[in-house]
Amino acid sequence: MLEVDNVSVNYGAVRAVHSVSLSVDEGEIVTLLGPNGAGKTSMLSAIIGLVPVAEGTVTFEGQNINRLDTESRVARGITVTPEGRHVFANLTVEENLILGAAIRRDADGVARDLETYLDMFPILRERFKQSGGSLSGGEQQMLAVVRALMSGPKLLMLDEPSLGLAPQIVDQIFKLISGLRDHGLTLLVVEQNAQEALKFADRAYILSSGNLEFAGTAEELRTSADLMKAYIGEGVS
Amino acid sequence: MQYVAEQALNALSIGAEYSLLALGLAIVFSVMGLVNFAHGEFLGVGGYIMYAMALFGAGDIWMILPVCLLTVVITAVLLERVAFRPVRRAPATTGLLTAFGVAIILQNVFLMGVSPRPKAVPAVAVLNTTVDIGSFTFTILQFLEAGVTAIAIVLLVVFMRRTKLGLAMRAAAHDFTTVRLMGVRANRVIATAFAISGFLAGLAAIFFIARRGAIDPFMGLLPVLKAFVACVLGGFGSLPGAVVGGLVLGILEVVLIILLPDFLAGLRDAAVFFIIGAILVGRPQGILGKKAELGDKTA
Repeated sequence: MLEVDNVSVNYGAVRAVHSVSLSVDEGEIVTLLGPNGAGKTSMLSAIIGLVPVAEGTVTFEGQNINRLDTESRVARGITVTPEGRHVFANLTVEENLILGAAIRRDADGVARDLETYLDMFPILRERFKQSGGSLSGGEQQMLAVVRALMSGPKLLMLDEPSLGLAPQIVDQIFKLISGLRDHGLTLLVVEQNAQEALKFADRAYILSSGNLEFAGTAEELRTSADLMKAYIGEGVS
Repeated sequence: MQYVAEQALNALSIGAEYSLLALGLAIVFSVMGLVNFAHGEFLGVGGYIMYAMALFGAGDIWMILPVCLLTVVITAVLLERVAFRPVRRAPATTGLLTAFGVAIILQNVFLMGVSPRPKAVPAVAVLNTTVDIGSFTFTILQFLEAGVTAIAIVLLVVFMRRTKLGLAMRAAAHDFTTVRLMGVRANRVIATAFAISGFLAGLAAIFFIARRGAIDPFMGLLPVLKAFVACVLGGFGSLPGAVVGGLVLGILEVVLIILLPDFLAGLRDAAVFFIIGAILVGRPQGILGKKAELGDKTA
């Protein structure tokens, strides 16, 4: 579904991503791991078009989307929940979700999806008329994910969904993410919390200093103490 | 009693005019961080189109009003496209200088295209007709100004709360990138902000010119400054703040005209700004602005 072929990304004179290739097939959950500053967010930004691709190509559903702007890529079915959630604090939960479905023209479908998700996440129904800014971190993350889902995406990219959340909330969020697969979604999840991410991912990539260090199945990475030690750090056996 | 009622309506109508202009400034600023100092020239555009229509025999007021509104809206959208869009990613000062440049160009178009001298625009003077209610005397203009502004604000609130584009504009004021991630086109949001600011300025132009009866190339200068002051007073970037700031400014002006003795009347603006200065010392964030400290995250 998504093919990233030898993509490099520059920020000014600095190269943040060096010729990285990765792919995500339909129905898969793929995780992109690596330490801070490895270029994970830059990679997502290049896929969604917020930063230009310096070299290489991004292909979605067989079409080169290098030259499409962000809005057009969202219209084609790619979406991202950005790092730090970026819930619209001055809008209500309801308004956040309506805006999430901004590209859709099927009002009935939107209303149906809204009901489905509110049933899945009763806390959002409870907070429906409250401002997004009044929600807790975990609730905001849920809202951000559901807001992205409201656009009816084919590929959902999540940037650090567990960042800054309490451990039991992280569990909830990851449960929610693995549940999305059953809804026919394809996911690309950027995480620093490798252990948790590898529990639900099918395949994994590891970036370090903008270079691709590992590509393989999550199983392979999870069961190899050497690989984990080399790329993810100590104390994870 | 009669005097108080008449002056109260007067204050309300002048305040409404400032509110219309301040709202237009605030909408564009909230969405894209641009203080559009060419906003005052929208009054000029409205005024000169009225003048031109009267000149070419299309002086019927029911023709003039919609054409004036439409022309100002189109001008606003056009200016965004040709002048402000190319510098959108540039530092804020570039946008500010662009706005001044646009203002100077428009002033000179009026100056060279028509005349450096004031021209009478009697077409909308009919709005100055007085009406007597009991023993009170008002002009139609004062009622219209207060009433139309109130309606415009209500419509704006409905638009900002009930439509996707309105939601996107409110969201964009805090986090434009994420609005684009929702698939909402940045260009559409910004063009809409300019169209709305143009529409409100078009309304203000009608009232402003009806009140003055004449146009001149630099007529937009003072109103845009007043609107800017109203925005600062209400809390910069806040739409309710712009409305409140405009009203307070209008009321202050009228009250001071009444209170100041004749020989001090020339100090009216000085007194108004002194009071506004005092308010801002107490509330630097403006009447409705949120208190923020350097380093606070705004989103």
